Amino acid sequence: MEERIVVGISDQKIVRNPDILVSYALGSCVGVCLHDRIVRVAGLAHILLPESKPWDMNEYKYADTAVARLAKDMEKLGCMRYRMTAKISGGANMFYTNGRSVGDKNVEAVKKELARLNIRIVAEDVGGNFGRTLEFDSASGRLIVRSIQRGHIEI
Amino acid sequence: MMKTYENFNELQRDVIREIGNIGAGSAATALSQLLNEKVTISVPSLHIIDVEKIITVLGGPEKIVAGVLVNMTQDIEGMLFYILNNEFVRIIHKQLLGEPIDDYKNITEIGMSALTEIANILSGSYINALSAFTNLDIRLSTPHIAIDMVGALLNYPAARFGEIGDKLLLVEEDFISDEESVTSHMLIMPDIRSLDLILKRLGVE
Repeated sequence: MEERIVVGISDQKIVRNPDILVSYALGSCVGVCLHDRIVRVAGLAHILLPESKPWDMNEYKYADTAVARLAKDMEKLGCMRYRMTAKISGGANMFYTNGRSVGDKNVEAVKKELARLNIRIVAEDVGGNFGRTLEFDSASGRLIVRSIQRGHIEI
Repeated sequence: MMKTYENFNELQRDVIREIGNIGAGSAATALSQLLNEKVTISVPSLHIIDVEKIITVLGGPEKIVAGVLVNMTQDIEGMLFYILNNEFVRIIHKQLLGEPIDDYKNITEIGMSALTEIANILSGSYINALSAFTNLDIRLSTPHIAIDMVGALLNYPAARFGEIGDKLLLVEEDFISDEESVTSHMLIMPDIRSLDLILKRLGVE
């Protein structure tokens, strides 16, 4: 029987087949879901902000530190970097505020990091003005994105 | 060390609570007039807590609520963030528009305007009270409103204040009318410098 492991804000979790990672209600936050289909290990980072600050030690909070940390921790569990694929979701602008939103900046920063780490993005569902709950299946690498407006979609 | 909300001592917390009190009183009066009904407000309780804990207090991350965001500028920088639960929205809708609403999903454009107007009045009365007390010039933006999962809405203040700490200032109060009582939650989030200024003006260092 698979377990459902919840990933909170500014945190990451890694699970093996058949467990499922769940991250609730992402608004401007971005969920980075990495998968190695050979060893069937899945990792999810729930990122709050694009750029780390020298006074804040929480590397799971920021795109420029969290993505690399997740990839590294997955490698320790037998994942290979070249086999990893990424799915990303979130990065909404919940209140239609003007200018570049935090969500946009988060998405941009995450993509930049994934490119730097040579991890291919195979699917994304980002932006808009609505919240998303993510369910990431370590067995298949499927990502279910739930929202009020659209119900379930799978990417 | 970076100064955060957590560092406030008891006296400073009392003052912040008192600001909440004054604001709540005038917000109740404004709401009474609008709804043409007697409205009182309980003594607000003040919590300085993690975003994750706030989400639990508010009923879990996927609970659907109306969130209203108002930005403060001028002497004070920061934001007010109201979380209006289903009950609150239902009552307001019935009183103002004469028809009950059973689900957020069915809210009309006019219903959204009514909620925005309520937020305008509540934040206006709060800030006027604070302004009068501190002699600070505080301007408010027009409210932004969104109805969605509370966890997703709270990403906004969490992101804005995430660099300086994971704790936010939550004011919880009950609006009590003749017939019903509804709990409303508000996050008052002056940035730390602004909060210092407020405390200084109120004679608390």
